[in-house]
Amino acid sequence: MTALLVVLVIILFGVAVWQMNKIFQLSKTEGPDNASEIANDKDNNFNGYMMMGFAIFTYLLLIYCFWEWGDVLLPKAASEHGAKIDNLMYISMALIFVVGFFTLWLLSYFSFKYRGRKGQRAVFFADNDKLEFIWTIIPVIVLAGLIIYGLFTWTDIMNVNDEDDPMIVELYAYQFDWRARYSGDDNTLGEANVRLIEGVNQLGVDASDPNAQDDVVVNELHLPVGRKVIFKMRSQDVLHSAYMPHFRAQMNCVPGMITQFSFTPSVTTEDMRRDEEVTGKVGRINKLRRDKSKVLVEKGDEGLEPYVFDYMLLCNKICGTNHYNMQMKIIVESQEEYEAWMKTQPTIAEALKK
Amino acid sequence: MSAHAHDHAEDHHDDHGHHHKETFVTKYIFSQDHKMISKQYLVTGLFMGMIGIAMSILFRMQLAWPDHQFTIYEILLGKWGEDGVMDPSVYLALVTIHGTIMVFFVLTAGLSGTFSNLLIPLQIGARDMASGFLNMISYWLFFLSSIIMLMSLFVEAGPASAGWTIYPPLSALPQAIPGSGTGMTLWLVSMAIFIASSLLGSLNYIVTVLNLRTKGMSMTRLPLTIWAFFITAVIGVVSFPVLLSAALMLIMDRSFGTSFFLSDIYIAGEVLHNQGGSPVLFEHLFWFLGHPEVYIVILPAMGLVSEIMATNARKPIFGYRAMVASILAIAFLSTIVWGHHMFISGMNPFLGSVFTFTTLLIAIPSAVKSFNWITTLWRGNLQMNTAMLFSIGFVSTFITGGLTGIILGDSALDINVHDTYFVVAHFHLVMGVSALYGLFAGVYHWFPKMFEGKLLNKNLGYIHFWVTVIGAYGVFFPMHFIGMAGLPRRYYTNTNFPYFDDLTDVNVVITIFAIITAAAQLVFLYNFISSMFFGKVGPKNPWNSTTLEWTAEVKHIHGNWDGPIPHVYRWSYDYSKLNKDESDYVIPGQDYIPQHMPLQENEEELNH
Repeated sequence: MTALLVVLVIILFGVAVWQMNKIFQLSKTEGPDNASEIANDKDNNFNGYMMMGFAIFTYLLLIYCFWEWGDVLLPKAASEHGAKIDNLMYISMALIFVVGFFTLWLLSYFSFKYRGRKGQRAVFFADNDKLEFIWTIIPVIVLAGLIIYGLFTWTDIMNVNDEDDPMIVELYAYQFDWRARYSGDDNTLGEANVRLIEGVNQLGVDASDPNAQDDVVVNELHLPVGRKVIFKMRSQDVLHSAYMPHFRAQMNCVPGMITQFSFTPSVTTEDMRRDEEVTGKVGRINKLRRDKSKVLVEKGDEGLEPYVFDYMLLCNKICGTNHYNMQMKIIVESQEEYEAWMKTQPTIAEALKK
Repeated sequence: MSAHAHDHAEDHHDDHGHHHKETFVTKYIFSQDHKMISKQYLVTGLFMGMIGIAMSILFRMQLAWPDHQFTIYEILLGKWGEDGVMDPSVYLALVTIHGTIMVFFVLTAGLSGTFSNLLIPLQIGARDMASGFLNMISYWLFFLSSIIMLMSLFVEAGPASAGWTIYPPLSALPQAIPGSGTGMTLWLVSMAIFIASSLLGSLNYIVTVLNLRTKGMSMTRLPLTIWAFFITAVIGVVSFPVLLSAALMLIMDRSFGTSFFLSDIYIAGEVLHNQGGSPVLFEHLFWFLGHPEVYIVILPAMGLVSEIMATNARKPIFGYRAMVASILAIAFLSTIVWGHHMFISGMNPFLGSVFTFTTLLIAIPSAVKSFNWITTLWRGNLQMNTAMLFSIGFVSTFITGGLTGIILGDSALDINVHDTYFVVAHFHLVMGVSALYGLFAGVYHWFPKMFEGKLLNKNLGYIHFWVTVIGAYGVFFPMHFIGMAGLPRRYYTNTNFPYFDDLTDVNVVITIFAIITAAAQLVFLYNFISSMFFGKVGPKNPWNSTTLEWTAEVKHIHGNWDGPIPHVYRWSYDYSKLNKDESDYVIPGQDYIPQHMPLQENEEELNH
């Protein structure tokens, strides 16, 4: 059915093009130079107006996208440094919109205003040092500001240090799943190497390392709110990337080395679920899922589960066939809830004994 | 130097005609004539482009309608499209080969190869390239690499599917993904040959521009096209060998057990022996070419656009020296910004700061170029030929795509949009679509030079332009939104994340626009083929252009000019120049002064 529709669309498109071409040809019967394939005044006029229409199209497209899809964007940042990134993003975006609006308008307006006419004289205007100086120096100043602001933000975020008693957690990537290893009461991760992978010791942790004994390996990341976390990333096989969009955090996991990223979660999962943007988004998603379920149930399949918001960790570096489904749930909760959950998890020493 | 070359060329001319008995093979296949080679590049590039675009339509359909079954998958993908369901591994193969084909085979060879070959000798006043033989070898190596790349589509385990950036270990280990077996080997072999082809071509362009300029054609009188091709060739020579070294090391890692890029790997139930290598090293090597590569793609388009815009605006290009300076600045900066692809690769964050700094600097020459193009339009007498429309379209997409580069080039902002659809939208607009517009503009403008005076049909050209320009924005504008919603690229389907469910309709819109835009390219294809045979023959200089190629014979002859090579007395942008008392143009009734016209009595001499 769809194949037929596609074929139909292609055929109709072909017919449309053919007809349009015919109209174009019919519309030019008079005048000697109309036979040529070089633009005449009529073409200049037509395309000049089209250029104006083009500018309006781009603005309308922009407005439509914001109107229709403005609410698909990520909600407010759920980490302390995320607010800084968002701020920088707003400033850069504002700059982009101003410059884009202005330059695209000039481009289209000039194309329209100075469209060719017979006898119109173009101005021989080859150089103007002052003008060129102005539009070199303005980007220099604006970009200097942006670069300095960006670099301060970047240094701030990437400066991974031990201030504020951070919690150390390992993120371990493999085709096609994630594991998290908590460093336990000593807050120090035990040594590990892929050469030690065996049976239940999936992460290759050195069982003889005293630091490793209280480590805890899980496949659901729980983080206490307001506590700084340093993630130590490892990969077992190929490149992966730990992407946590809601926390404005991402770092590649590279086999053979340990990479790191640090942030402080600032909004619990519960609070985020109550956030206005998130409830709106979840509401829309669930409506779509209900509609889809109806179709599925009619076909005799199972319907879709309603969606509940959760933070997520995604793989964001092409890593193989199932790259599209390599995820882990992240739960941000109060310190008490976190501790209660942690108590129920076996340490590596316990897990290996079994 | 150029005077000497000129004399030599004239000697050559005297005996021309005696020993050039062309057979079909020497004329159409193993031709050493730059005009024929340029057409060979163009046709091969367009053919590869069709394949690349067709692939993009397939994976766009998969993204828009992941639950549907399409018979077309079964027809085109065979065992990877059984029952009309696309296999996840072939999805990755499609995006990989789409990227490779479009970046290297269409926009590097198809664009720079075509127009460097066509225009360098014709616009500098040379009878041919410095070495016609190397030029021929260059094309045939490119052809060979295209064939090998296409062959890789048919190997049993599938073609390379580790992304066009082929980051190891994924690209090094067949256990990691089926495409990293024979498919990847063929990919690497093809690219190695491609690099050899590109180097031979680039060296030839550099030598020709430096040595074979006609008398009077100083570097500061060169049309901006030639400046762009020349600098592009220089960047190519500087950066392509680095990719070759990366490819060679990857071949050794794959086949001979070395550990340049591999370390501490446990895969498919066993530990590999490799120790001490680093995938980050590969990223550095790859992007040392990869980033200049985007300028190798965009600079020729910029050159073509500058030339076409000045011609059709009937005005000199605004700020010629600033345009040349920005080409040089972009070329220089392009070699020291590669790290902005690697902000979150695990390299030292301090390096990230350095690369943020150098990257955002590129915005300055780019801004200068954009403002200069816009000023070139100001108070012109714009002739809306299709080539002109595509040039205006180029400036538009270059601005919209370039501006988002300010976000991606800023390391702090890159953290959250890295590898999302935001990046896809950015680079498609700024280097993909823009460079394609440059390519189209060039084809519409210089078609008469390629096909002995025949012109492309303008009405079909207008349809092609307007559908493409609307469609391309329709595809890539909404893509920024799904990127900022956090959607990663290279996902076979997003249905495993209910969080992304509300992005489905955006994806459908994008795909519909993509199909429409691709269909518009069929109009171009039809126009191209039919005009090649039945196109109306225009005047010798159809666009009233100043440059030398329009003084050459319309009929393709070996040596380009039947008589002596014209000498040059002025720069190439004397459009609408008025005489001393400003009563009329310098040449009454004609708004342009060709480069081979000596300084007129009623004309003020400017420093060009």
